[in-house]
Amino acid sequence: MLEKKPIIFLLLATATILIGTMITMVAPFKWINDPKLKIAEVKPYTPLQLEGRDIYIREGCNNCHTQTVRPLLADVERYGDYSKVGEFVYDQPFLWGSRRTGPDLARIGGKYPDAWHYKHMADPQSMVPRSNMPKYAFLQRPLDTALTSRKMKALHFPYTPADIEALKGKTELDAMVAYMQKLGSDIPWRKAAQAAVIGELKNPYQEDKTVLAEGKAIYDKECAQCHGKELQGEIGPSLADIDKPDAEVFRITYGGLPAGGMPAFGDALGKDKVWKVVNYIKYHQRR
Amino acid sequence: MGQQEGYADDVVKGFIIWSIVWGLVAVLLGVLISLQLAWPQLNFPPYFTYGRLRPIHTNAGIFGWGIGSFMAFFFYITQRLTRTRLWSPKLARFQLCLFNVVIALAAITLAMGMNRSKEYAELEWPVALLVVVLWVIFSVNIIMTIVKRREEQMYISLWYIMAALVGVAVLYLVNNVGIPISLTKSYSAYAGANDANVQWWYGHNAVAMVLTAPPLALFYYFLPKSTGVPIYSHRMGVIAFWSLIFMYLWTGAHHLLWTPVPDWVQTLAMAFSIMLIAPSWGAVFNGYFSMNGQWHQMRDNYLVKFLIFGITFYGLQTLQGPSQAVRTFSGFIHYTDWVPGHVHMGTLGWVSLVLFASIYYIFPRLYGREIYSVGMVNLHFWLAVIGQLIFSISMWIAGVQQAAMLHATNPDGSLHYSFMETMIELYPYWHARAFGGVIYFASLLVFIYNLIKTATSGKPAPVAARP
Repeated sequence: MLEKKPIIFLLLATATILIGTMITMVAPFKWINDPKLKIAEVKPYTPLQLEGRDIYIREGCNNCHTQTVRPLLADVERYGDYSKVGEFVYDQPFLWGSRRTGPDLARIGGKYPDAWHYKHMADPQSMVPRSNMPKYAFLQRPLDTALTSRKMKALHFPYTPADIEALKGKTELDAMVAYMQKLGSDIPWRKAAQAAVIGELKNPYQEDKTVLAEGKAIYDKECAQCHGKELQGEIGPSLADIDKPDAEVFRITYGGLPAGGMPAFGDALGKDKVWKVVNYIKYHQRR
Repeated sequence: MGQQEGYADDVVKGFIIWSIVWGLVAVLLGVLISLQLAWPQLNFPPYFTYGRLRPIHTNAGIFGWGIGSFMAFFFYITQRLTRTRLWSPKLARFQLCLFNVVIALAAITLAMGMNRSKEYAELEWPVALLVVVLWVIFSVNIIMTIVKRREEQMYISLWYIMAALVGVAVLYLVNNVGIPISLTKSYSAYAGANDANVQWWYGHNAVAMVLTAPPLALFYYFLPKSTGVPIYSHRMGVIAFWSLIFMYLWTGAHHLLWTPVPDWVQTLAMAFSIMLIAPSWGAVFNGYFSMNGQWHQMRDNYLVKFLIFGITFYGLQTLQGPSQAVRTFSGFIHYTDWVPGHVHMGTLGWVSLVLFASIYYIFPRLYGREIYSVGMVNLHFWLAVIGQLIFSISMWIAGVQQAAMLHATNPDGSLHYSFMETMIELYPYWHARAFGGVIYFASLLVFIYNLIKTATSGKPAPVAARP
């Protein structure tokens, strides 16, 4: 019968398509918008952050970077606390992405100091030699703020005329870095996740020169971009004449110094590798 | 056959030619961006970076090559299955112009960074509006032709055509709702997890309504036309059709496993993805069983070779897809190169092979000439299949290797590899992928050369005699 009635067929096909649509696309709004899932600490974007986000969209950063940390060991240890519904309520559009050619950025905020981002964005290979990220030095041009107020209004984000005035003289790169630092940092997860190292710490490799080469290799890969090839310091402080005890250097490397812009390397490297790199730093200083 | 029976076929020619042009652009850009991933110095900011070119690659492929050629074949098939001249050839000619304007505008605006960021729905609202106009005039033309048909019974291909018309319309309209800021900038109307869920309901069903239903319509039409024997089971086709369009719409959230989208939505998506194996393989079996007693044609009929390889890739695709939709496996391979490997088996393998067969079938008929060189058709076939396999297989291995490295832990629970240590392992695979892409591009050049020679200097002959 259907094979002879095109209009009835069309209506039936549409109805068939709409069943799954209603249940899996329309109904979830109710679950996702549940007021219980709101997170009070999560704030809307400031004008500068929003402009940064729009540049992120314009450049198609989401083609290589995701912004959602899954509740899986490898994700949480590598990127930080898993993502929550309430953290994305101001994201129009969402930018979760689908391919991690580069690392996830959901929690990049606060991981590195601003200076790291400026240098990395302009020339990624200067920081991460074998990175395949394009150079975004051209973002060092004046930020176009003609539409900023209209954007803030359209999204119902609070702002003052002074905020817009403050954008004068900012570059696109300033906006991008402001956006990076906002990502995932509204909730105090970094503090909660900071690994507390308890008990007495003793360098297992003290006076052991056989692991120096391995320590140097780790240092070159993970530390040199901020502290310099020769530990002379650059974005981070010089380590050339560090006079802290081994245990303290270990503690800082393992758990990070969120206030000082030092990332935690404990989850990523593990105790053994951290000790090896501490050993290398301290040996370098004693030389 | 052809114009003499009063069918409007000039516009079919136009769509075929332009879709091939856009297909060539898509593959050329694909090769370029694959090289950019392997050699970042090939990025030329601001306009020619990977981030801006990749959406042009996907849009040119899906909308330029895919939809463009489906428009040609919907016009061709609908006229013949209804024994009716196209409702309005004039509107169809206007549609061809508009189509090219839209695709060109898409490429230009995306290169300029006007981008909504939602995958396969990147176009900013003025261009998206033109897409809607395009789709409406296309749908009206096809549906009016079907309404006024002279053949009462509607063959299964027409079912898939009509489902694709309404399906694409619903998906595109809902996912493109936005808040315009200026002519070149808008924000999605949905936020966060809602936006993600709407987007992947759209994204995955674009696969259903653009990359599954239309090629199936072509397959059901051109397989019997090519072999000369009818399709194995009409009833199996009917059951597979309804269950396919019913189940597909539940599966979008398998792109969002382990994300903050509600768990029950993810679980439903997982379950329906597994169930989709049945209708997908309904079509595969229908294709295989239609070959009963005809398998020798794989050797002496190149059209059959393209179609059967195409449906085989579809079968593999619809087994691999559901396996990726399972939480555990998704947790492992999602976000790695495994997924581009999967996608390109569908697009370069399934969809494009069926399109090549369909073009090889109608092109000589439209021009009233015989195909210029069967040897070149075979060369095209093998280059395309080999290029695609090099691409997909290297990406699957790369994906599994990177996933294993990303998940590797030390005895104390810390991670064994940093992100960069896993990424640098991908370079050799990226070289292999670029190589596969170059081979596929070469296959297209052979294809195009053969078609040009057919149109200009093929032997004039009534080809209707083909079995």
